[in-house]
Parts: sequence; structure tokens; C-alpha cells
Amino acid sequence: MTFVNWLKRRLVVIAGLLTLAYLLLPNIVVTVFSFNQPKGRFNYEWQEFSTEAWQDPCGVSGLCGSLTLSLRIALWATLGATLLGTMIAFALVRYRFRARGAVNSLIFLPMAMPEVVMAASLLTLFLNMGARLGFWTILIAHIMFCLSFVVVAVKARVMSMDPRLEQAAQDLYAGPFQTFVRVTLPIAAPGIAAGALLAFALSFDDFIITNFNAGSTVTFPMFVWGSAQRGTPVQINVIGTAMFVIAVVLVLVAMAVGNRRDRRKAQKTHRSPL
Amino acid sequence: MTTVAEAPPRAPAPETEPPRKRGRWTPYLLLVPGLLWLLVFFALPVIYQASTSVQTGSLEEGYEVTWHFATYWDALSEYWPQFVRSVLYAASATVLCLLLGYPLAYLIAFRAGRWRNLIMILVIAPFFTSFLIRTLAWKTILADGGPVVGALDTLHVLDVTAWLGWTVGDRVLATPLAVVCGLTYNFLPFMILPLYTSLERIDPRLHEAANDLYARPSTTFRKVTFPLSMPGVVSGTLLTFIPATGDYVNADLLGSTDTRMVGNVIQSQFLRILDYPTAAALSFILMAAILFMVMFYIRRSGTEDLV
Repeated sequence: MTFVNWLKRRLVVIAGLLTLAYLLLPNIVVTVFSFNQPKGRFNYEWQEFSTEAWQDPCGVSGLCGSLTLSLRIALWATLGATLLGTMIAFALVRYRFRARGAVNSLIFLPMAMPEVVMAASLLTLFLNMGARLGFWTILIAHIMFCLSFVVVAVKARVMSMDPRLEQAAQDLYAGPFQTFVRVTLPIAAPGIAAGALLAFALSFDDFIITNFNAGSTVTFPMFVWGSAQRGTPVQINVIGTAMFVIAVVLVLVAMAVGNRRDRRKAQKTHRSPL
Repeated sequence: MTTVAEAPPRAPAPETEPPRKRGRWTPYLLLVPGLLWLLVFFALPVIYQASTSVQTGSLEEGYEVTWHFATYWDALSEYWPQFVRSVLYAASATVLCLLLGYPLAYLIAFRAGRWRNLIMILVIAPFFTSFLIRTLAWKTILADGGPVVGALDTLHVLDVTAWLGWTVGDRVLATPLAVVCGLTYNFLPFMILPLYTSLERIDPRLHEAANDLYARPSTTFRKVTFPLSMPGVVSGTLLTFIPATGDYVNADLLGSTDTRMVGNVIQSQFLRILDYPTAAALSFILMAAILFMVMFYIRRSGTEDLV
């Protein structure tokens, strides 16, 4: 009976941890199979331990080329979407203008539409215009679908900003430009950074829209898709594992730095109370 | 996504607002580049697609708008099984995501304590590995004769699922179950994050109050926690259902020809068969169906502030 009670009290925790395991299981499999030495062309069955793929991650033709192409597209798409999205977010929060409802739905709709619909309709536009599919059509598409997410992220931050801070800056004789650069932008920066990170992640990992609008250009997700039909090299798992480890380490370092800064700030204010 | 919600209109406060010289054109200058981008590369394509769907012709001779609406009828009568399947699979995946995601979101919001940040990172971390690679990993996990399938077989779970038509024989791979499992896995974080956001906002004193009023934990959950988490449930289900309906990656990698979804049809019509009018018509129907379902759902769930 006590065991049943114990189980009852921890039911949520156990169920939650099981879900977490479900979420992480594929990552574990990807990591383990990056040390595999498969017999055939496909890396789905465990054969024997080997670090061969880790010693030569670019050993498969086209893999690292597709990776750098994806990084390049993601960087430019992030830059474009962050710039355009931040501008829209500021206009939405700070100004009154006509047709606000229409603007809001134009920003919301791309997030509420299945990717395949956006991908297919954009392709009909490019086909009608006779555009050559490749780097530029991918970049245009990525900026398009990342834009809305940046707007949402930046808007949330700018909306929670205390408008009195800017008023204070102006009371202290800062011009509009100075106020923007020295007060508004630093406060909005975390929102802009969050939007940019999201845009980078979305663009880098996008497959469906790229699949439609890439022509014969091969990004990293396109490479993985192609290899699922032809044969999956172990190097794919190596790249996947490396990406996972690098990202987790970066997040942990950023968190540690943030914690230390907070603590130091707390100490400072403690020593010299204003 | 609760952040999508528009802020309540702030009351104009002319006394606290300084008499700033603001250009009347500033908001438009800020809006125009981004909105133009969305108009040209999002809205205009939808119109082009609508026009393509009523064209006839061939790749060699070119296409012409002939208002050939029969394409819609032909597309629907030929591909309705794929449409039904898409909605069915996406709905199953959404329900599974809710059932699996809720405990985890609850755990992070109320029970995790100092582990909260770590669990949060672990929920987001899979995103850092390409989702295609992770989906391919399910091929290994669900492999024929593998430990998972073996365990399900010994427990006679496979007999039940086969009887329900979810699996075929003693296989899981290349069956509806595998596709739904992949969809659930891929969109689970999109359910957990909005759920967590709305759960975290709940004032813990409400739980104490319910407890003080002699509500049992289950009653507290039913009458306090769950109703207050409804915004998260609504946005989570939308964020799961919409992309899952249009997905073709899981059906392609984990399924078979019997599990093709409407996304697979659109993809192959557009990129392999090159029958543009049919593909455009299918994509247009999918868009209309999703918008209709989303509108209906938002109305019914009474959270209009989502849009």
C-alpha cells in the first residue's frame, strides 16, 4: 500500500521523465551509431565499434560542402529576417497606424500555415517568374518564414519595456537617435538575440521549404534526405552528435556566465547601495 | 503560442507621454520592407498557386488559365484517402503529444525545483541535431526484430495494434504506428513549450487555496490547474496539428506506400510528376481545410486573443 501511495505521489514525475526519455532516445541512438562500422550502405544496424567516421568527418563527398552552404544560408537569412522583423516589431509596439489588423494577420499567417503549402505556392511563383532555383530562392524563402518568428520574439521584449526609461533619457537631453542607440536598443537586445537565434535554428534545419525551392542545390538537410534514399554514411551521425554537443556546451557556458554576472551584480549593489 | 497574442490596447496616456516630434511616416518606413517581403513571397504566391490550380496545358506547350475547376474535383476524388489519413495521423499525434507533454510540462513548472533549467535544456536540446537525422534514428529504434519490437511482440501489444490496423504483422516500421510515433516525437516540443509557459504563470497560491478548501489533488487539477492552462493547450495543439497535417517527412522515412499523406502527394506531384495544376489544387485544398479547422477550433475553445 505504501508503495502504491509512493507511486501515486510521483506519478507526474515518472510520466514526465518517461516523456523526456522518449525525447532524448533518438539523440542517444544518433550518438551511439556515430561509432558504428556498418556492413552495407545503411547505418541502421549495430555492427562493431569504430572511430573511423570521427577521424574523417568530411570523408563523404558533398557532406561538408552542404554543411557550409547551410551555415551560409542560415547566417544571411538570420541577418535579413532579424533586420526586417525587428523593424516591424518596433513599428507594431511603438506607433499607431492604419490597417494594424491586416498587418497582424499577414505576420501571423505564415506561422499558421503548413510548410508544404508555403513551399508549394512559393515554387509556383518562382516557376511563373522563370527564376533559377538555387541559393537565392532558398535565401528568399528562409527570410520569409523566419520573419514572423523574429517579430514575435522582439515584440514580446519591446512590449515589456518601461517607456519611462526612454522618457528619462530624453529629459536628460538625449536626442532621438542617442536615445535609441544607448537606451532602447540595449534593452531590446535580448529579444532581438532570441529572435535571431530562433531564425538561425529554423533556417539551418529547414527541409520542406528548401526541398521545393532548392533546385539542384544541396543544403545539409537535403543531403541527409538524399542519403536516406541512397545510403546513410556514419559521418551524418558524427555531424549530428557534434552539433548537439557544441550547442549544449554553448548553452551551459552562457548560463554559467549569466549566473556569475548576476551574482557579481548582486555583490556590487550590496557593497555600494544607491 | 501565447506570445502571438496581441497585447491589450494600452490606454492612451497623453499626460505622461512627452510631446515628442514623431515623423508621421516613421511607422510606415519601418513596416514597408518586411511587409513587402511577406506580400511578395508569401501572399502573392498563394494567389499564383490559386491561378495555377485552374490552368490547363502541359509542360511542353505551357499552361493557360482556363478556369478548369474540375481539377479540384479530380484531385479530391483521387486523393481523398491521403487527406483523411493526414487529418487522422495528425490528430492522433496531437492527442499523444498532449498526453505525453502535459506531465513533462507540469513537472518542469511545479516539481523540478533546481533541475528546472537542466530539464528545459534537455527538452530544447534535440532541436540542435537536424530533425531528419533524429527521424532516421527511429528506423533503428523500431527496426524489425529489434528490442522495442521484440518487447511489444512478447507483451502481445503488436497483436492488439495489428487488430486495430495500426501495425502490419510483426512489424512496426512502415506502418501507421511508426508514422504517428515519428510525428508525435517531432512535434512534442511544440506542445511542451506553450504548455509550460501557461502552467508557469499559474499563481501557486491558487493551489494552496484549493487545498485549503479541501479539494483533493485530482480535483485541484480538474478545477484549477487544467482550466488555467487552456491557452497553452490550445496553442500547443495548434502548433502540433498544423505542421503535422502537412508533414511528409515522417510518412516517407518511417512509412510505406500505404501511409502516404497529402504532403507526400503534393511533394511528388510538384517535384517528380510535374503535374502543377493538380499539385496546386491539392495544396490549396489543404490550406483552406487547415484554415477552416483552425478558425473553428479557436472559436470553440474561446481563446480569440490567440490571433
